[in-house]
Amino acid sequence: MFNVKRRRVLAGVATSLALVLGTQGLGTAAQAETNLKVVPHSGLKILDPIWTTAYITRNHGYMIYDTLFAMDMDGNVHPQMVDSVERSADGLTVTITLRDGMTWHDGAPVTATDTVASIKRWGGKDAMGQKMMSFVDDLSAADDKTMVFKLNAPTGLVELALAKPSSNVPFMMPARIAATPGDEQIAEYIGSGPFMFNNEEWEPGVKVVYDKFDAYVPRDEPTNGFAGAKVAKVDRVTWTPNRDIQQAINALNAGEIDIIESTPPDLLPLVEEGGEAYTQSPNLSGLQYTFRFNVLHPPFDNPKIRQALLYAFNQEDFLEATIGDPNYFQVCKAMFICGLPFETDAHMDGLLESNFAKAKELLAEAGYDGTPVVLMHSTNVPVLTNLAPVAKDLMEAIGLNVDMQSMDWSTLVARRSKKDAPADGGWNAFLTAWDAGDLFNPLAMAFLNASCDKALFGWPCDEQIEKLRDDFARATSFDEQKAIVEALQARWVEYPTHIHLGQWNTPSTLRNNVTGYLSAGVPVFWNVEKN
Amino acid sequence: MAYYLLKRLIATIPVMLVVAVFIFLLLRLTPGDPAAMIAGDFASEAQVAEIREKLGLNDPLLVQFGIWIGNIFQGDLGESFFFKKQVTDLIMARIEPTLSLSVVTIILTVSIAVPMGVVAAYRQGTWLDRTVMAFSVLGFSIPVFVIGFAFIYIFSLELKWLPVQGYQRLSEGVGGWLKHLILPSLALSVIFVAFIARMTRTSVLEVLGEDYIRTARAKGQTETKVLVRHALRNAAVPIVTVIGFAFAILIGGVVVTESVFNIPGLGLLTVDAVLNRDFPTIQAVVLLFSMIYVLINLIIDLSYTVLDPRIRY
Repeated sequence: MFNVKRRRVLAGVATSLALVLGTQGLGTAAQAETNLKVVPHSGLKILDPIWTTAYITRNHGYMIYDTLFAMDMDGNVHPQMVDSVERSADGLTVTITLRDGMTWHDGAPVTATDTVASIKRWGGKDAMGQKMMSFVDDLSAADDKTMVFKLNAPTGLVELALAKPSSNVPFMMPARIAATPGDEQIAEYIGSGPFMFNNEEWEPGVKVVYDKFDAYVPRDEPTNGFAGAKVAKVDRVTWTPNRDIQQAINALNAGEIDIIESTPPDLLPLVEEGGEAYTQSPNLSGLQYTFRFNVLHPPFDNPKIRQALLYAFNQEDFLEATIGDPNYFQVCKAMFICGLPFETDAHMDGLLESNFAKAKELLAEAGYDGTPVVLMHSTNVPVLTNLAPVAKDLMEAIGLNVDMQSMDWSTLVARRSKKDAPADGGWNAFLTAWDAGDLFNPLAMAFLNASCDKALFGWPCDEQIEKLRDDFARATSFDEQKAIVEALQARWVEYPTHIHLGQWNTPSTLRNNVTGYLSAGVPVFWNVEKN
Repeated sequence: MAYYLLKRLIATIPVMLVVAVFIFLLLRLTPGDPAAMIAGDFASEAQVAEIREKLGLNDPLLVQFGIWIGNIFQGDLGESFFFKKQVTDLIMARIEPTLSLSVVTIILTVSIAVPMGVVAAYRQGTWLDRTVMAFSVLGFSIPVFVIGFAFIYIFSLELKWLPVQGYQRLSEGVGGWLKHLILPSLALSVIFVAFIARMTRTSVLEVLGEDYIRTARAKGQTETKVLVRHALRNAAVPIVTVIGFAFAILIGGVVVTESVFNIPGLGLLTVDAVLNRDFPTIQAVVLLFSMIYVLINLIIDLSYTVLDPRIRY
């Protein structure tokens, strides 16, 4: 009797399990919509792309917001939400007309009042936006479709700044949302982009869902970078981060996900072995490694000692130690990114070639007295971890006394804002990486800002650099701008604010049934099809 | 009994207060600035200072502590610096995966480990006993992430029976929920099975030598009844203690498993919060873990009275 009961119970449990596990397949089959499953580079925590400069929030911005102007893959600016731009003969009035048919995700039409409010909020926060707004005496909506910029001096900055591709991107929002003070986060997430944010399904740091915005009217021009037609070709995009990329590749090979935004080159053999996927970079220009000086304290308060590092360093050593595979890095002496319009290697001859003799000569001329260099070493961001040890080796090779201090990125971020002497908890140098979109011109490149106390941590202070950056903002033609860029590079050799250490990228991995992924500069998911 | 319970519950208050003060001070003394992390790489000093002010991080420590502890007494654990959501909501969203993983793991562990231990004790010195002991040593020795990757390779990549990673909420279907939990629970249970099987074997072995076991056999009881009703029940106190601790460890310490299988539970929430210096979230999660430990200890102590009638409080 006991045995019979036990058998019945076991049979019941087995049947239930089979039924329960079986229903999973039915559930999946019932989903007819195309859901593009993406593993982004990190979890989305903050939703306001004007409030933070975090790249994941910028990428979220590209999903749901649109921009007035946009850059193509070659760095040229095109209208995006804009129909036409008119400039008065004296260059002091810029009239921008919005294109027809644009609506917000809540159904309301996009008006010039909205875009004016959005520009003002962005212009109050972003460094390039602030520079642009310094030329603006008045910005107003003439009617529902027309914005008028009244300038105090001619500048080529309006379109260039409004097409800024990286943080903070001038995303357009409804006026009531853009009215949120810049020091507060927005509480509504309504844009006019090709996808809508699904607030119901958002699990902070875990899952973000974007639904196709059916009312989006794409431009007629072909897609090119951030410019041209933005056509959503899937019903929804789901972002679920995975901190273990090896596991993400396993999941991709098993068909559980479709795209991994960023794949370290050392794991790419797993992708090749799986045979289920291919790689493509979302950003052909990639990122640039950067060594940042703190000019407030010895020894780097002396420009000659900073110059010595221009001769001591070489880009290959840093790129080999971090990226390894030459297919994914590029030695590039141009500060303003190889492959973008302001690329130039003028005045860079002999630099970044590990000429130790010349570097030692400069140190001797500078009267270096053995003052230790406190080099901050970040240990928990894999693409940065190996940089500081390489820098330490190269600096010691020319006789600098280096005190490399290891810490997690959060500690480094807090410490780099301290102006104290290195012995009192301050610092002399650290290494980081910037997206090419943040470095494409002298105003976007934050480390080139040499406005002393107002400059970014490291606080370089040089009137000539600032004068040239201002000249760049006032220039109205590309040729004029390019000449200023070359002059800036020459001045930078005399007064180094930082050192660029080469370009690299980590490609996205896509399942074979995913097509149309763009190399726009940032991972974007319009134009992507899942077959 | 009621008096004992009340006394133990009251005793938790100073424990929690000590934990609260400790974690609060520890976080403030740890280097790192949540405002700088929130602002991002491009933010100016003014922007970072603005955020710091908004978050109340410029207030004196005593004021910050007073506000936090005052809010806790009103049931408000605060708002996450990063997510702009109530920490309570964040924890509620993340507790389901962790609890699911812990419960399934404990069920698997108990149903495998206890019979294994009993059989090993009953067949002491035989090949069966030695096999169980060998498994125990192996289970202790292999890190959980190695077991996890091995299971993934076999069951997900080769056999394609189970998903590689991720979690499906119970509300979206029991099937998907269970499918996503089988591998991580199996991987996690290996070490606990090893530990609890060994503990069960030792406890049952001790009891099997007692006079009342001989009496039970003399009365003609079947071996199954002798083992289950007489031996196991009397050996249960240390076994239940270990199971209780295992459950507490599971709830607070499954970070590696959650990472390997990409399960968005409390472990990953804690790691994210620590890396970003999200003080309100870290403080709340640590308090929660402490409370769980205290409560599980209490439940274990109370369970002794059921398992052993000689124990009275």
